[in-house]
Amino acid sequence: MSSSERLLLSGDEAIALAARHAGVALGAGYPGTPSTEILEEFSRLGGRAQWSPNEKVALEVAIGAAFAGARAIATMKHVGLNVAADPLFTVAYTGVSGALVVISADDPGMASSQNEQDNRHYAVAAGLPMVEPSDSQEAYDLFLAAVEISEQWHLPVLYRVTTRVCHSRTIVAPRPPADAVPKADYRRDVRGRVMIPAHARPAHRRLREKLAAIAAWNETSPLNQHVVGSSPLGIITSGVAFMHAREAAPDASVLKLGLTHPLPFEKIARFVEEVEQCMVIEEGDPYLAEAIRARGIVVEAKPEMFRFGELNVNRVRRILAGDISPEPPPQPGKPPQLCEGCAHRSVFEALHKLECIVSGDIGCYTLGVLPPFDAMDTCVCMGASLGVGLGLRHTLPPEQARRVVSVIGDSTFMHSGIPGLVEMVYNPPATGHVVIILDNSTTAMTGHQEHPGTGRSLDHEVTNKIVFEDLARALGIRRVHVVEPRPGSEELERLISESLASGELCLIIARRPCILIAKQLREYEKCATVCEPVEV
Amino acid sequence: MSDSSVTNVVFGGLGGQGVLKASDILADAVVRAGFDVKKSELHGMSQRGGSVSSDVRFGTRVLSPMVPAGEADFLVILTADQVEPNRHVLRAEGKLILPDAVSVELLLNRKSLNVALLGVLSRQLPIAEEHWLAALRANLAEKLHAVNLQAFNLGRNSGKI
Ligand SMILES: Cc1ncc(C[n+]2csc(CCOP(=O)(O)OP(=O)(O)O)c2C)c(N)n1
Ligand code: SF4
Repeated sequence: MSSSERLLLSGDEAIALAARHAGVALGAGYPGTPSTEILEEFSRLGGRAQWSPNEKVALEVAIGAAFAGARAIATMKHVGLNVAADPLFTVAYTGVSGALVVISADDPGMASSQNEQDNRHYAVAAGLPMVEPSDSQEAYDLFLAAVEISEQWHLPVLYRVTTRVCHSRTIVAPRPPADAVPKADYRRDVRGRVMIPAHARPAHRRLREKLAAIAAWNETSPLNQHVVGSSPLGIITSGVAFMHAREAAPDASVLKLGLTHPLPFEKIARFVEEVEQCMVIEEGDPYLAEAIRARGIVVEAKPEMFRFGELNVNRVRRILAGDISPEPPPQPGKPPQLCEGCAHRSVFEALHKLECIVSGDIGCYTLGVLPPFDAMDTCVCMGASLGVGLGLRHTLPPEQARRVVSVIGDSTFMHSGIPGLVEMVYNPPATGHVVIILDNSTTAMTGHQEHPGTGRSLDHEVTNKIVFEDLARALGIRRVHVVEPRPGSEELERLISESLASGELCLIIARRPCILIAKQLREYEKCATVCEPVEV
Repeated sequence: MSDSSVTNVVFGGLGGQGVLKASDILADAVVRAGFDVKKSELHGMSQRGGSVSSDVRFGTRVLSPMVPAGEADFLVILTADQVEPNRHVLRAEGKLILPDAVSVELLLNRKSLNVALLGVLSRQLPIAEEHWLAALRANLAEKLHAVNLQAFNLGRNSGKI
């Protein structure tokens, strides 16, 4: 690969290319905008990539690979890191033998998310080094740097990226692929890897020592960039906010931080001394501003109104001008809708007609909240439909409790619905409960990815398949029904009302493929008759 | 204060109309012509038929990937009712390219309106025809080449702004 090559890549594609060039042996993840394309592209480039049922499992698989001495990545959207937080905090203690890069794609402004949490706080809370790219070239370069940092300090690195970097295309000049990639090889290290308290206590101290060493290294690290300007204004920034800031204030001096945890406070203090006035320009929470101020370094932070939503050049101009007048409201576009002919429609029509209290979940089907369906009452996080529905059943007066239904998509059910089903069997409400799995044979919301219930792997090859009805029966649920939600069919409505009236635990699987992939599915199925799955 | 050496183009339409494809083709043509370029868009819920827009910025050096409101030199709209949600991006003297800039009934396939409007836009930009054609071929499946070349030429030769 020649160094003069110029590729126009999205941030996600640049990360995937860097992962290939770094010789990453395994990528695991769960789909989630804006992170999804990283693994898809990594697979397309020939990398070994797999969808796990959820982010926690994905991170654990990647940890195993990195314990084995290989280079591994785990990819997820910001809220996915909440699911994966348990292993994250302790793998910071154990460290890794190979390289582990945990990619968290945050979504400031919530283009496609249920919250806009700022995952930079995870780096602080778990004690992990963190890098933040500002465009595709940096997405590529900082990935390679993250692998180096991970291997040098035997620590996972949190790679925090945002929607604008993931989904913008900018030019990348790649480097030649790595020629010497460490081979996986098992070395026993019980004190380092088995976190019983006696091992974890020294491990925590080791973690803090490593972070101190990284902080010292970061003082002169090439990952932070100093742009010397001609105006008295200094700007400290990170991520895509760097680009907006450079455009909004082309004459300002800028300290652009690439490794944003642990921070290079001496470098920051020197920068602040050199300029007359220093402003921190960052998207999301005032993470940098608060950390810097806590060290007694005087910087100005953006006004509270800019915590919300994405930054852009005009908003940065406002911050610099101290303009806190109300911003023009965003132009209302046309909201998304369930596709014409979407199988979810019939289900929500029935739920609306039966006046159910619908404990909903996340996926295309969340659009069932909009008119004409108006058939969703709650949506918190993936998998919550079951627990929330059960909590409602337990506490509402019986005549209301009997109307409660939990509705969950097939991919979401695989992700985090199973424990909820176990909860239902273990702590059954007095009025029973009705769960509907909307099985459209895909993860439609994020662009039609496979999951364990489709029986196909990330690259659409045949693999073992989880059969929901078998699973539910094995858990002891007696009323398990499979039904095809067809427009105009009364079968589904009848089934829901019988199930509600039964007062028992019922699972209805509404099975009909997403119409956008129906054709593609037939192609896969043709192949499936030729290829045999593995025996289990 | 916008950098005058940067050209800003915004595409707007609805999910499924080829907004992102059009911006991909423009960005590719621009790279071939040797410029720096950044292209930005929002995926996600917008796939379900909602509003979609995409920004392409090119010049000697591009910083932010998003076109600041009021700084677009060109706004290319694929369906008339998406003018209002996007109009604020255009600068005062910016050019609006509407779907009726080409005679839709002359298209071999109405789905290639996005490429026809790129043809209209192409007359306004400093990008040689060879780069446009190479970008079209690189970003579309081979079986779509003939239909889209027709659309591009229709827009380039007879489009009205
Ligand atoms: C923890 C977490 N991971 C990922 C996502 C992104 N996401 C939202 S819904 C969804 C799955 C949707 O698939 P499915 O349940 O099958 O419903 P469909 O869209 O097919 O109707 C995903 C991956 C999320 N919101 N939260
Ligand atoms: S993509 Fe599929 S699941 Fe989503 S709304 Fe359209 S038909 Fe329904």
